[in-house]
This record gives sequence, structure tokens and C-alpha cells, in this order.
Amino acid sequence: MSVSSLFLIVLGLGFIAFVVGQQRAAGYEGDTRLKSLPHHYGFLTAIWSSIPALILLLAWLSFEPVYLQKQIEQSLPVEALNQSEEVLELYMNNIHLAIQNNQAGDDEVVNNAVLHYQRSELHSRSLITALVFVLGLSGIIAGLSRLLFRLHARVSIEKVIKAFLMLCSGVAIVTTVGIVFSVLFEAIRFFEAVSVFDFIFGSSWSPQTSIRVDQVGSSGSFGAVPLFLGTMLISAIALIIAVPVGLMTAIYLSEYASARFRASAKPALEILAGIPTVVYGFFAALTVAPFIREVGESVGLSVASESALAAGIVMGVMIIPFVSSLSDDVISAVPQAMRDGSLGLGATRSETIKQVVIPAALPGIVGGVLLAASRAIGETMIVVMAAGLAANLTVNPLEAVTTVTVQIVTLLTGDQEFDSPKTLAAFALGLMLFISTLVLNVIALHIVRKYREHYE
Amino acid sequence: MQQGLTSEAGSVAGLNNFEATIGENLIDDAKISVRHADVFYGEKQAIFDTSLDIGRNQVIALIGPSGCGKSTFLRTLNRMNDTIADCRVSGSLTLDGEDIYDKKMDPVLLRARVGMVFQKPNPFPKSIYDNVAYGPRIHGLARSNAELDEIVITSLEKAGLFEEVKDRLTAPGTSLSGGQQQRLCIARTIAVSPEVILMDEPASALDPIATAIIEELIDELRENFTIAIVTHSMQQAARVSQRTAYFHLGHLVEVGETSRIFTNPRHQMTENYITGKFG
Amino acid sequence: MNNTEIVKQGLKKRYAREKRFQLYGKLAVLSGFVFLVILLFDITSKAWPAFSVTEILLEIPVDHESLGLSKDSEPNEEALSGINYAGLVKQAIRNVFPEVTKRQQKKLLYRLVSSGAEFEIKQMMGENTDLIGGEPVSVWVKADDDIDTYYKLETVTSRVKGEQVRFIEKLKAEGRIQTSFNIDFFTTSDSREPEQAGIRGALVGSFWTLLVTLLVSLPVGIAAAIYLEEFAPQNKITDFVEININNLAAVPSIVFGLLGLAVFISFFGLPRSAPLVGGLVLSLMTLPTIIISSRAAIKSVPPSLKEAALGLGASHMQTVFHHVLPQAMPGVLTGAIIGMAQALGETAPLLMIGMVAFIVDVPGGIFDSATVLPVQIFLWSDSPERAFTALTAATILVLLAFLTLMNALAIFLRNYFEKKR
Ligand SMILES: Nc1ncnc2c1ncn2[C@@H]1O[C@H](COP(=O)(O)OP(=O)(O)O)[C@@H](O)[C@H]1O
Ligand SMILES: [Mg+2]
Repeated sequence: MSVSSLFLIVLGLGFIAFVVGQQRAAGYEGDTRLKSLPHHYGFLTAIWSSIPALILLLAWLSFEPVYLQKQIEQSLPVEALNQSEEVLELYMNNIHLAIQNNQAGDDEVVNNAVLHYQRSELHSRSLITALVFVLGLSGIIAGLSRLLFRLHARVSIEKVIKAFLMLCSGVAIVTTVGIVFSVLFEAIRFFEAVSVFDFIFGSSWSPQTSIRVDQVGSSGSFGAVPLFLGTMLISAIALIIAVPVGLMTAIYLSEYASARFRASAKPALEILAGIPTVVYGFFAALTVAPFIREVGESVGLSVASESALAAGIVMGVMIIPFVSSLSDDVISAVPQAMRDGSLGLGATRSETIKQVVIPAALPGIVGGVLLAASRAIGETMIVVMAAGLAANLTVNPLEAVTTVTVQIVTLLTGDQEFDSPKTLAAFALGLMLFISTLVLNVIALHIVRKYREHYE
Repeated sequence: MQQGLTSEAGSVAGLNNFEATIGENLIDDAKISVRHADVFYGEKQAIFDTSLDIGRNQVIALIGPSGCGKSTFLRTLNRMNDTIADCRVSGSLTLDGEDIYDKKMDPVLLRARVGMVFQKPNPFPKSIYDNVAYGPRIHGLARSNAELDEIVITSLEKAGLFEEVKDRLTAPGTSLSGGQQQRLCIARTIAVSPEVILMDEPASALDPIATAIIEELIDELRENFTIAIVTHSMQQAARVSQRTAYFHLGHLVEVGETSRIFTNPRHQMTENYITGKFG
Repeated sequence: MNNTEIVKQGLKKRYAREKRFQLYGKLAVLSGFVFLVILLFDITSKAWPAFSVTEILLEIPVDHESLGLSKDSEPNEEALSGINYAGLVKQAIRNVFPEVTKRQQKKLLYRLVSSGAEFEIKQMMGENTDLIGGEPVSVWVKADDDIDTYYKLETVTSRVKGEQVRFIEKLKAEGRIQTSFNIDFFTTSDSREPEQAGIRGALVGSFWTLLVTLLVSLPVGIAAAIYLEEFAPQNKITDFVEININNLAAVPSIVFGLLGLAVFISFFGLPRSAPLVGGLVLSLMTLPTIIISSRAAIKSVPPSLKEAALGLGASHMQTVFHHVLPQAMPGVLTGAIIGMAQALGETAPLLMIGMVAFIVDVPGGIFDSATVLPVQIFLWSDSPERAFTALTAATILVLLAFLTLMNALAIFLRNYFEKKR
């Protein structure tokens, strides 16, 4: 039974249930009036029929691959399982290929595994089909029982809908938990091979040299300091550009520009925020980096073709609108009375802005800068395309550096098996990234909220 | 809402004749002279053909129902309304004979000479000391730190705040109580040694005790400054001012010695207002 | 000296400072614009060669002898596919340049036309079998990408040999070389040969991915927004949910990719590179955007409307679904479009789940291997061939065009319904 026909069964039974419930309610002749309209009873019956079946079906389908994989493994002879990991991986690939193409090969073990797989799949599907039918029909039967009319159908439906709404709002939490666990688990497995200390304080990063499992740790090639430093260098360059420009833009637009200019300039600048990062990456790699290199060489500096400067500048431009719109918000929140106080003493506008408005808005601006920093740290495409892979331990913006995100991408986009230390290292880096951006965000949001309350 | 009420009250009494200001609106040797001033916000006129003199070392109280243009009038005197994009002023306004709206009159300089205290205390996000030192610093009035210290201390003393804050001059201005904050704002204004101080309902956000202190202060300040104060409280106007001007719907209705206005108002609307019939 | 004098003295300096400060402000605003203009100009100028393609006119011999077919029998499918089309093309080129005899030179000669030319011929023959045995057929075939670049940009690159330049001159003189609109850019999928590469596969991949994203994130987002705005009790759990949503909005996109890899692919065993997984990951990313904007839209529905419905005896749930939600829908949709635009431009998380593969086929559904527009940009930008740079830039323009369209739609929707209110 294919997945789509299973869903169709659920749907069909649900429809029957609806008709049954509605017809019964329409033909109801009791001593008291029904509490809800007939179609409410129809829906209620349909819910009884399809929701449990649907939940079961989804859960079943989610865990079926795991079960089937286990079945394949069990079918393999001990010798096959005792092979080295790479070979086993290859073996599995062959089996999956054979299953997909549904053709027999000449390897007895593979054929056996395929057969075993197909048998298990058949079992699994028959069982779930039966279960779906049982659940769907019992819903209909419940709808046929006397029970139906004792209920206030509309209220019951609304309870179900409300539960659904609540569930949906919980997706955010599930996502967060999912992120934490998926990153954490793999990272912990990584830290079983490489010590946390070596990872966080080690100054040499060359995961490519430790392909073999037994080399991990001993070679100490998972020292992430160059990545952290590179990330901070590029982010710092980006912030050095974005913070002054973004802040001055916000100041000019909110304190000086006419309403008309502001109304057209703000959306125009927002365009910068709407451009996909891959476009910035292209621009940084193909236009800005060569340009900087040329300029640098014309004054006798040696500039790497993938300099941190190029990536940093372009990233800075990308976050200008981010900084400016956040600053704009906080600057506008400074009460006019504050400005009046300063102007009334004979201060010029710039004096008022520099000495009163900005200090008053400072907490909010700091919060905005932290958010921008978290943006810069987590930004991926620009650095993947414009910064290098060279894990140099340097703070020279003219040299090539690499970042946490670049390494995550590099480690995970090759043809890797999932469990190699290289891929696990990517998750360890992901964990660092998640923690640092989370901390920055939480602090920033806290500061901004405190600031807002202050001027409420 | 307020506006609706007042105009209704006015029309019910049939008193909407704003022909000319009653009383002694013009005096000799005025510090500030306003002649035939009209103020517009865009299309909307907020002040109509108003002429008024403000005397030297005097306190003049501006009273009237909410929305009648008191704040607007006050803000025209030091060009604070320059900050409002669509605000226009016409007529002649002079400070010691100099045209306030002349091209050559610099608004920065003008505001250094005509200071302003606002309705809500608005200390800067700085220390108490820096709040008071703000004006002298931007204008470069002190040549040394010692001189600046002296300006700050005398200003705080004049504002009657020094004794209360002398041990915590580095504490933020916002850490003070409402009444103290308002006196800080007054000290801040005095520190620039203006010739005129405009006060827009300076005590309306304060409790009675703080209000009493401020009123006392205003009376003392009269020695050195010319003061125009907007107030909602008749008692306050009576206590602190020498002259009183009554505004209604943008028109200056009546001006006179404070004692005379409160004992013997000539215009029916003035009487209605001070006896609490509306406003 | 009195205060007025002192203030007056300092004025000039202070106004100079004021002017300078304003100038900085103007420069800041200007720099943003300048950068935007440079970016767009740079990309457009890089992109334009990709929209045209260089073609070379060849007379393909179609007599039986050249085709290697016998004259007696009708050519069947098998015979047709047995024809040496590459040979035909080579022969046609040789006919244009009879003077070229050396092997070395001939090789250069053959490299004038795209390696895809033989397939063009093959397709043409398959569709018009009656051509067989007739006069040579004149066909414009695509030039090789290096020749294409050279011809369009008129710059000498190291990839075009001096010999070839002379060939091109001759073609020019005989009117055998031209450029025309590169329709294939929109109708073919990825290829190793730039002149044959197009974005159809990536476009369709983006479509499937966005479809999944929309179908998942819109209902869930609206449901969550309704719950939080209308039903959620004021308690710690609700606060926690809100904090979560705000934080998720700021989690780096690549982390969502890690989640997708670990959960959807490794744990649930969903297919790698599939729009299904890409769409799910992007849904989780856009969910905060949609929830936040939907909440704002629901909040902006006047309470009077709600009260009226409640007053008529509708239940809270009915009021929300029959009255509040329809009123809030324009705002909700605006947010959804903006969220979709974000998702359309997103690249990093899709790299994590394997949507970076070289995929020649147009994906037929959400389970097929696919790539998307921004990933295609990333892939091509890495290619050394110069022609791929143009393709990359052109793809960027297409992507930006879609984003512009979506944002314009969002703005239009908002304005339209605001006026209707
Ligand atoms: N910035 C402004 N823009 C437009 N109209 C204003 C502005 N400020 C005040 N007004 C209008 O001018 C009139 C006088 O206001 P105001 O001077 O503040 O009155 P008062 O201080 O006596 O309460 C009111 O009708 C008010 O609505
Ligand atoms: Mg007022």
C-alpha cells in the first residue's frame, strides 16, 4: 500500500464519517433539541474517524525507515557487519540502490537484504493499513452510537481546533529543542573523540589531514581558535562599516531628512536587506575582492585573493539596513522633550543628537549592535564564497582567514558519511555558533526591551 | 474634547467677540514686545493677532483653557517652534528691541538668552553635574574646570537644589524625585545665565510640596530674570506673577496686573475662567 | 565680556561642526545608495552576455551517404540513432574551411561549435525525417562557450587561440556567425557546458521547495498566531513560546540546515537533496516571520468587530475564523509573501541538506533530487569558465526579479486593502 493511498483511505473514511454524522443529526428526532447544527455533528464524526488514524499514520511513517534500516542490518551476516565502517557504508549504499531500482544483483548478501527489506516493508504496510482501517471505522461506529447526540458537537470541535492551534504554536519550542538536541548530540559524540579543551583552545585546524579515525585527537588538528579568530575578524570589519554608516543613516533620516525624503529613502535602503546573501557573496568574490587586491598591490601591499577585508566590507554593507532600522527605532523612541530640553538651552541640532539623543538611545543602540554582531557571526554565504578555507591564525585583514560557518559548510558538503569525525566536527562548530548567537540575541533583546520600557 | 467644551461654553455665553485685547497689554521699557503676532500650524491658525509686552524682572503668567495657544505663544518667544516643520510666525517680536525673527538673529544665541523650562521634567541621561554643566559647556562659557564648578554650584544653589544633591553630583539626573528633577532643569537653564526664562506649566507634573518649592523659587528668580510662566492653576498665577494674560482659542483676551485680573476681571470670559465656570 | 559675546564667538565653529555632522549623515545615506547602484550595475553588466548566445551557420550534409543510411529502406528509429551526428557537424565545419588540413588545426576548428551541436542536429533529424537525402540543410548551431564569450565581449582570452580568432574572422566575413536571444537559458537545466546550461531545473526546484514551505509554514504560522493572539493564557508557558519565536528569528540560517540534516535526513530518513526536506527546513525558518506578522495583522483588527460578532452569539472560535481572520488576511498574506521571499533567497541551510548536487534533470516532484535558484548561483559562481560568470549574474537577475515581484505584490496587497478599509 503506497503512502498516498493510505492517506486517501483516511480521507475517504473521514468523508464517510462526515456524511454519517450529518445525516444522523439531520434525521434526529429526540425529546430535546440538538445543541449544534447537523454539519457540526458531521465534522465531529469525521474528526473521530480521521484524526487518530492520521496521527498514527504519520508517526508510523516517520519511524518506518528506522525500523527498516534495522531490519536490513539484521539480515546481514556477521562477517558483513564486521567490516570497516567505510566498506559497510558502501555496502549499505548498494543495498539501498538495489531496493530503489528493484533489481537483483549478483551479490547474494545484497539480494538477501533486499528480499528481507521488501518483506519487512510489506509487513509494516499491511499492519498500518489494517490499523488505519480499524481506527477510521471505529470513529464512524462511534458516530453511529447514541453517544453522538449527548455531546455539544460545536464545542467539541472547537476543543479539537484549539488543541491544534496550541500544538502549532508549540512548533517554535519543538524547533528550538530540535536544534539543541541535534547539534548537542552530534557535538557530544565529537567531543568523545576530541577533547573540548583541544577544540576550544587548539590553534591548528586541518580536519582534512585526519581522515582516518585513529588519527583523530592525536594529531590535534581540530583546534578551532583560527576559526573563531577569523569569524571575529570578519565580523569586526563588518561592524566597523555597518555601525557608523547605519547609525548615521538612521540619524540623518530621523532627525534631518524631510518626511518625503525619508518615506522614499527608507524603503530604498531596505532593498539592501532584501538582497539574498548569495548575491552579496558573488559580488564580494568576483568584484570586491579583486578590486581590493588590485588597489592593495598598486600601493605595494600583498593582499590575499580571498582577503578577510573583502568579505568583511560586503558583509558590513549587508547589515547596514539592519543597524539603521534598529537604530531608527530606538532614536525615535527618545522623547521629544529630551531634544526640546537641549535645543531650549541653545544647543545646535548636532550637539543635541551627539550629547543627548545618542546617550539616551545608547542601550537600544548597543542592543542593536549586538544583534548585528550575531548576524555577522552567523552569516554564511558571503564568507563561503569570498573568504577562504585557509585556517590562518591572523588578524591581518589583508590575509585570508576562514570562519566557523565556512568550515561547517565545507565539512558537510563533501561526500561524507554521516558519522565521520569531520561531519561531527561540523556539529560541534554548529553548537558553538548556536550558543554564541543565542547569548548575543538574548542579551540584546533584553537590553532593547528594558530600554523600551524605560521610555514607555 | 477640551476644545469642544470650551468653545461651546463660549458660544453659549455669547461671548465670542475677540475684537481687541482688554487691559494693559502694552507697557513701557518692555523686555520682550510682541505686536500683531499670528502663528500657524500648516493651515491651522493657533494664535490670532496678539500684541503683548513682557516687562523686565517681572513674572507674567499666561493662563487660559487647554489648547488656547499658551504653549505656542511661549515657544514663539525663543523660536522653539522652528523645530516644528510646518509652523509659521508673522508679526513683530522683539527682544530688547532686536527682532527675534530677523535673519541675523541666531536661534542658538537667542535660546541662550531666552531659556525654557518644560512641563515635564526632562533631565538629560547624564549626571546631575553634567546636566547643569551642559549649557555652559556647549556655549563655552567656562574657561576652566574651576569656573565650571562654580557655575554649576551657583546654579544649583539658585535653584534651591544644591543642599539636597551636593553629595551626589555624579548620580544620574533621573535618579532625583520629580520636583528635584524640575529644579534641576531650572538650574540647567539658569546656568547659561539667560535674560528671560520661559516656563511651560513647570509645576503641573509635581506634588503640592514640590510645587510650593518651585513657586518660591520663581519668586526669587525674578530678581535676576524676566519670567513668563504658563500655568493652569489660578492660585499659582496669583501667587507668583505680577501680570497675567488670559488667552482663549488663540486670542489674547485680557491682560493686567495680576491682583486686578483676579479681583476685577473686565471681560466676561476671563471672569468665567477664573471663577472656574470652564477650562 | 558678557555671555552673549562669548556665545557669539563660538557660533561659527559650532555651525561648522553642525554642517559637518549633517554632511556625514548625507554621506552615510548616499553610501548605501551608491553601493546598491554599484552592485546592481555590476551584476547587470556581468549578466547581459548570458542573455544572448553566439551561433554559427553550418550546412549539414543530409545525403544518404553522409548519413551512412541505405537509400532503399525507410530510416527507422534505430538507424537514425546510429547516425554519427558528431561526424556530420565536423564535416559541415570542414566544408566551411576547406583550406584547413592539419590535424592540430582541425581540432581547433571543431572546438568552434558547442559539444551540444550534435544533439541539436539529432533532434532536428528525428523531427524531420523527410530532410534525408535532400540538399544540405542550413542550421545555426551554438558556438562553444569560449568562442561565445570572445565573440560577444570582443576581448581576447587565453582560452581562444590565435588560430581560432582567424577562423572567427572568416565566419564573420561570410556572415556565418551571429548572436541571438539565449532562450535555452530558461528552458534547459544545469550542464557542464556553459552554453548549454540553463536555470529551468533550479526554477522548478525553487518552485517545489517554496510550495512545501508555503504549505507547511502558512497554516502552522496562522494557527500559532491565532492561538497566541486570541486564546493563549497569560502565563509563563506563553512567555516562553514568545521568547522562543523571537530567538528563532535570529538563529543563523545554517543552524537550521544542521537541524534538517540531523533530524529530517539522518533520523527520519527523508531523501537528501529533495525539495521536501528543503521546504521543511525553510518552513521552520520562515515560521517566526509569519507568526509575528500574522499576530500583528490579527491584533490590528478592530475589537469592535469582534465584539459585534460575539454579541450576536457567535462563539469565540467562530468569531475568530469567520470575522477576525478574514479581516486580518491581507496582513497575514503580506507577511507570508515576505517570508516566502526570504525563503526564496536562502542558500546556506540548503547546502547542508545536499541540495548542492549537480542535477541535470528537472525535478518532477518534492521527492526528486533538486537544486534551487540561489544554490545554482552558488554552484556556478565557483566554476572557472568565464561564461559561467555571466550565467551566474543572469541567474541573480532572475532571482532578484522574482524577489522584486513578490515584494511588489506584498506592497500592492497592503495598499489595496488599506484603501478598502
Ligand atoms: N505641532 C503642532 N502641530 C499642529 N498643531 C498644533 C501643534 N502644537 C499645537 N497645535 C495646536 O495649536 C493649538 C494650541 O496648542 P497649545 O499651544 O499647545 O495650547 P496650550 O498650551 O494652551 O494647551 C491647539 O489647537 C493645538 O492642537
Ligand atoms: Mg501647553
